[in-house]
Amino acid sequence: MTAYLVRRLLYAIPILIGVNLITFTLFFVVNTPDDMAHLHLGVKHVTPEAIVNWKRERGYDQPLVYNAGGEGIAKLTETILFNKSISLFAFRFGASDTGRDIGYDIRQRMWPSLAIALPTFLVGILVNITFAMLLAFFRATYIDVWGVVLCVIMMSISTLFYIIAGQYLIGKLWHLVPISGYDTGVDAIKFLVLPVLIGVVHGIGSGTRWYRTIFLEEINKDYVRTARAKGLSELRVLFRHVLQNALIPILTGAVVVIPSLFMGSLIMEAFFGIPGLGSYTINAINQQDFAVVRAMVFLGAVLYILGLIMTDIAYTLADPRVRFE
Amino acid sequence: MPFTPVVLTTDALLFLLLAAAGGYAWYARRREHLRAPWRQVARSRLGMMAAVVLCAYLLVGIADSFHLRLRIAQPDAQAAVRYSPEVLSLLDLATGHLRDAVEKTYSAPFAATLYVRETVTTPDGTVARVYPRLRHAATHLDDPERQRLGDVLATAATGALQGIALWALAVALLLYGLARSGRARWRTVLRQVARDELAVPWRLMLITAGVLIAGAFMLANLSFTYHVFGTDKVGQDVFYQTVKSIRTGLLIGTLTTLVMLPFAVLLGLVAGYFGRWVDDLIQYLYTTLNSIPGVLLIAAGILSLQVYMANHPQRFESFAESADLRLLFLCLILGVTSWTGLCRLLRGETLKLRELEYVQAATAFGVRHLGILTRHLLPNVMHVVFITVALDFSGLVLAEAVLSYVGIGVDPSMNSWGNMINQARLEMAREPVVWWSLLAAFTFMFALVLAANLLADAIRDAFDPRLRSVP
Repeated sequence: MTAYLVRRLLYAIPILIGVNLITFTLFFVVNTPDDMAHLHLGVKHVTPEAIVNWKRERGYDQPLVYNAGGEGIAKLTETILFNKSISLFAFRFGASDTGRDIGYDIRQRMWPSLAIALPTFLVGILVNITFAMLLAFFRATYIDVWGVVLCVIMMSISTLFYIIAGQYLIGKLWHLVPISGYDTGVDAIKFLVLPVLIGVVHGIGSGTRWYRTIFLEEINKDYVRTARAKGLSELRVLFRHVLQNALIPILTGAVVVIPSLFMGSLIMEAFFGIPGLGSYTINAINQQDFAVVRAMVFLGAVLYILGLIMTDIAYTLADPRVRFE
Repeated sequence: MPFTPVVLTTDALLFLLLAAAGGYAWYARRREHLRAPWRQVARSRLGMMAAVVLCAYLLVGIADSFHLRLRIAQPDAQAAVRYSPEVLSLLDLATGHLRDAVEKTYSAPFAATLYVRETVTTPDGTVARVYPRLRHAATHLDDPERQRLGDVLATAATGALQGIALWALAVALLLYGLARSGRARWRTVLRQVARDELAVPWRLMLITAGVLIAGAFMLANLSFTYHVFGTDKVGQDVFYQTVKSIRTGLLIGTLTTLVMLPFAVLLGLVAGYFGRWVDDLIQYLYTTLNSIPGVLLIAAGILSLQVYMANHPQRFESFAESADLRLLFLCLILGVTSWTGLCRLLRGETLKLRELEYVQAATAFGVRHLGILTRHLLPNVMHVVFITVALDFSGLVLAEAVLSYVGIGVDPSMNSWGNMINQARLEMAREPVVWWSLLAAFTFMFALVLAANLLADAIRDAFDPRLRSVP
């Protein structure tokens, strides 16, 4: 197990290098730092000195890959590739284009992000599994058929609709919770209820359908028939046998969701004014702050790989037959 | 010529896609094993209903993809022929009355007046705060308060009747065609369709088509005298914007697929077939791309394009061209983020097929790798492609709206549901609420996505071999 984990972690390194190469190419080769300076300062009416200044303040005045003017190791270290891309591996994110410390911002903003993403994820799984169990229990009846139709309809509604309708109904008409904003400590809960609720409701359609398929696949297997033949009640069959054996595909499904969790909370945070990583990214995109986008791409990739590894660990816990060679 | 045709890049690609689909249909027509699953799709009731709705969207999208520039009328007959810089589509020509009917600001659906009060000085000198009349809607009514409801109903009924008349004509033609191809009497066919006795659910499809045609005619007829879905902040007709957005939504859903398909199919097949280092390399490639959160990769790509466009404004002749390029680029980058899933599925499927006897036999007979890949493997993994493409479409349409909100979607000047929602979003805070833009955009998007989802389910049921083997 340990050897497997170490190997997986080592395998992550070439992937992260690849991710960095992609962002480096996109941000420094396709568009030179001069282009970026022009974007911020304007194309016309801008002096060459202003551009040089802009680049020097942000450390974009070094050569891209190889610094012929440096001495010894500095030939390689005093370059954009080293300072802006390779340094990410040490989680040194540097300063944003507006001069703020990205690492500090990320440490501050990860807690609100977690506070919204984790409950959405966990409550979502719980709700989806419950509904899927219900549909599986009533399989091949009208409840099941109409449940699936309802799921397809819910899947077809845009996230934005859920958000706007939720904010309007619950926040504006009924005044149950504030429409947007954030607070520290326990007070944060009243700001978190609505985004988490909307996140869960939005996921019900696809989630329930997905889990229902898994359960129905399991329900037709021999061991379930044996369990029924023993005289176990349908509920006991569903919870003791089907649910436990469906855990593996459920876990796979959960990992598929992890990247979209990031995307989901991105929009939620922006709409509800929660100062998390998602709104940080959106602000960076809108202000065209490439340093922050670069850091977030790297961080996102790291989180994704961690998620994959954690799933593998969860596999062994859920199914003792799974062994890693 | 009174106009000159303009072919935007996305138009060309859309026509290419349609030609490819047509070519496939022609190829599959005579091959029973390719036809069988499609025939099963044609038997699915919900699936065919959805297909009719999708066809309606597709027709609007295609009409909006023939672009042209009109000739500028010149007083001097000897002057050189000049064309207007504005790029229009066939749909624009058909809806010209809507495009030019710009009001001052918001007005509600079917309203005769603006949504905000204005200070007006009456001829006798008194100053009053009134809702001014609209310039392009309900102008033929003297007393809108009393006459409006009756007029709306009458106009709608006229439109619906015209639509039903056209529909009846289409039904007659279809029955005639069915009778010809089945060598039956058309009375028999009519009875079979009316009692829903044929394999294909014609009755349901015809009813759906009838509702759609009648509805379309109703809306079109009303749009001459009213703003059916109201107007937005700058007074543009919301109905026009919604209809124009159809092309954007369709293109995002289909072009993305077209862009990613060659990569996904080629790499997936090659990885599964050759194995070893080729497999490792391709797996590494898609794991890397997959590990970047899609929205960030799209942001990075679109931001790069923005920088490029800001620095090279001279490369783009017109707004339409640069907006079109941005749409294409968005499809490209969406394709880059979405091909990995299909690639992985195809690799797994090829791994399985490679070990089967018929492939082994082909190898033993000395068939070359290329031959095995194209003749023996590709046709047998196509079901995975169809299922994935169908399932991805609706997700892409929905993603467009979200991306536009983040500011990395299609060009802000382009009509799209995402842009409409984005612009109307803040109006929910107004009192009284301006809801029609949002509702129109969400409804049209919902209908398209729901239809796509239902058809995708039908396609999956027909093509998935695991489901097919079940008796």
